[in-house]
Amino acid sequence: MRKYVPKDNVQKKAYYTDRFHVVPSVPTQDVSTDEIFAKQLDILSSKVEIKSAYIQIGQMRVEINHQDNYRAIEILKNECGYEMLSEMSAVDYLAKDGTFEIFYQLLNLKERKRVRVVCRIEQGLAIESVVPLYKSANFSEREMFDMFGIVVNNHPFLKRILMPDDWEGHPLLKTYPLQGDEFASWYEVDKIFGKDAREVIGPENRDPARIDRYDTKRFSRVGREVPFGADISGGEPETPIEYSSTLLVDYNASQTQLKNRK
Amino acid sequence: MQQPNKLSPFFENLNFERDDNTMVINFGPQHPSAHGQLRLVLELNGEQVVKAYPDIGYLHRGIEKMAENMTYNEFLPTTDRLDYIASTANNYAYALAVERLIGLEVPRRAKVIRTMLLEINRLLSHLFFIATHALDVGAMSVFLYAFREREFGMDLMEDYCGARLTHSAVRIGGVPLDIPDGWLTALKEWCDKVDYELENTYNALLEKNRIWKMRLENVGVLSPEDALSWGCTGPMLRGSGIAYDIRKEEPYELYDELDFDIPVADTNDSYGRYRLYMAEMKESTKILRQLIDKYGETEPQLMAHAPQYISAPKEQIMTQNYALMQHFVLVTQGMRPPKGEVYAPTESPKGELGFYIKSEGEPYAYRLKCRAPSFFHTGLLQELLIGTYLPDVVTIIGSTNIVFGEVDR
Amino acid sequence: MAQHQVNYASAGGLPIALTTIDHLVNWGRSNSLWPLTYGLACCAIEMMATGASRYDFDRFGTIFRASPRQADVMILAGTLSKKHAEFARRLYDQMTEPKWVISMGSCANTGGMFNTYATVQGVDRIVPVDIYLPGCAPRPETLQYALMMLQKKIRRESANMNKNKKQNLRLI
Repeated sequence: MRKYVPKDNVQKKAYYTDRFHVVPSVPTQDVSTDEIFAKQLDILSSKVEIKSAYIQIGQMRVEINHQDNYRAIEILKNECGYEMLSEMSAVDYLAKDGTFEIFYQLLNLKERKRVRVVCRIEQGLAIESVVPLYKSANFSEREMFDMFGIVVNNHPFLKRILMPDDWEGHPLLKTYPLQGDEFASWYEVDKIFGKDAREVIGPENRDPARIDRYDTKRFSRVGREVPFGADISGGEPETPIEYSSTLLVDYNASQTQLKNRK
Repeated sequence: MQQPNKLSPFFENLNFERDDNTMVINFGPQHPSAHGQLRLVLELNGEQVVKAYPDIGYLHRGIEKMAENMTYNEFLPTTDRLDYIASTANNYAYALAVERLIGLEVPRRAKVIRTMLLEINRLLSHLFFIATHALDVGAMSVFLYAFREREFGMDLMEDYCGARLTHSAVRIGGVPLDIPDGWLTALKEWCDKVDYELENTYNALLEKNRIWKMRLENVGVLSPEDALSWGCTGPMLRGSGIAYDIRKEEPYELYDELDFDIPVADTNDSYGRYRLYMAEMKESTKILRQLIDKYGETEPQLMAHAPQYISAPKEQIMTQNYALMQHFVLVTQGMRPPKGEVYAPTESPKGELGFYIKSEGEPYAYRLKCRAPSFFHTGLLQELLIGTYLPDVVTIIGSTNIVFGEVDR
Repeated sequence: MAQHQVNYASAGGLPIALTTIDHLVNWGRSNSLWPLTYGLACCAIEMMATGASRYDFDRFGTIFRASPRQADVMILAGTLSKKHAEFARRLYDQMTEPKWVISMGSCANTGGMFNTYATVQGVDRIVPVDIYLPGCAPRPETLQYALMMLQKKIRRESANMNKNKKQNLRLI
């Protein structure tokens, strides 16, 4: 029977979870337990709406509406002394509730405090850029656009950064498989040799355990070399190599590749 | 435009005759002094850079995506390949993030060993910086000398963990191995050697060298405001006069017990940063000497005791049934940290290296974001290069000390 | 196997004379292999270490060149990403004949541990490879050994590259 894989999240899942397993949570503290954070939260809550706020592992996490992101970070920068945006990116929750969670990790160098501003944004909506406040957001927002497809308004140069410009799909979405889609698997062949060369070069071998015993074109053993491309199977019929069925790899593809090469 | 399928080269970025009389040149992605696969598109007016556009992603390997498809322990060797010049710093940053997430306290001997490894890696990375920076600027002999000392450090790492470059020497919950016999003596000798060579070779060759000073002084001037705004950390931030070192300000491991200084340069230029690196190496040897004394006072336990997350020591696995069962579950299914999120910053040789981990209680991280210092230092190039001359571009790239494993991830 | 049987009667015994020239040309080629500084990832650091003071690549006559037009060997040291593949092929095309390729490290050989969307699964999809060098990252000694194997290979080749071309280029 074929294994069921949910389409909205193709990432690896635990193959077994105990029926009675209860997921614990990392303990959180109230913001009032820390003087500095409490003061900063007061300043922030007087200007923007706060959805939730707590301290987790020594850092404050503030959730706001996505429309307020620029305003909230401006306040944190100018009035609370958060001079550096150390990191920002997104988390894909499309499978769960159709939103992205965008986080901004800010650092206050004088008081040695770190705060994480978090907002949820629905798919298709755009978020306001914070590049006027922190120039480091320039690359980070481009990376977020590249990896998740979240459009950033008023960004000076919103373009793919890590993937090539003509790439299809946004790799860090949960719907994007780890080993890439059809477009990704032929990208370099199409780009360099053209689509006609697909048949000559053959599909990628994604199976790390595959062995081609009769391969005389790539590998040779020192002292036992055979002529390049010679048939060394000696008329022996090919025995199909069997693998464990728990690995989710299309073995038929590699077998046809083997046949094509012969 | 040519057909994209043709193999004949086509120069899409070269456009010599233009209205504004500037020339666009393509620097990289294969360039000997681009520190890896950096591609810079530079617009030049004469020899002066008018516009710079760093194009990255030529080493993008999908490490963050891999983290979502690997158990926490499986992912640890992948972190080696981020900043491959100081692998243990990455292992440690990742292990620290997971340990904070599951609330684990590491035994004291593991802490001592980890801090030692981190400082050895800092020295290795800084020696590599001196070597390549000097090579880029044109001083070949410094490259050869610095690699000589670096090889001795690599030997130390090899004696400890068996690998030269990709160490995986730090595990979640401690370190896997104790220090071998005679290692501390060798470490002490290496510290003396590095100190001696710093003073008598590198300083003697570079510090007052006229050409070196001409190439570095007042090149790549980065104001403190810009350094903060561009998210610069580590030597780039301290080279601009802001003394923020995470080892000192938000101490982890044993750094709060150790006596060391944070060197700061306030000239804001490449020469200041070069001197800062030299001073940091001296501090590192100082820290290592203190750690050698601390090692003897510790108990021999190496891994934290947390059967829910960490496998028991090998002797227990071999002798006790429950430990073996626990080990089996942890290896086949992976540990399940509690639900929550963590961002753990550490001071890697290049700057603030932090891992943001979002856990949903699954054995696979829901999202892992690696905050790599070099990524932000590369972003800085688009502003820092403007107005400089073409030969200075190489100096500035060398001085930012970027590594493309962690820029592109 | 008897594949190398030569008909000495034809062409005035020419093969004998050519073998001597082959030896001479290959002696020259194999002892001055100039690799291209093509550091891609982690293995590039080991490649630099091979060229540096302790391992001293220069004694093999191996001097790193920054331009593909001066290089004979391309050492693909590290992960080749899909974005970069095009440039790797372009650099290979820019190298003058005769040229050889060493694929250094697991990533270049097969994609290695990076079995992901962004990594080329083996550089032999892009360029013909002569020597595959295992390891992650291979030690400098391994690279030296690979170079010695390549020298061995060159010494056995025919100096006339057109003869070898059929074997070296699988594509186009």
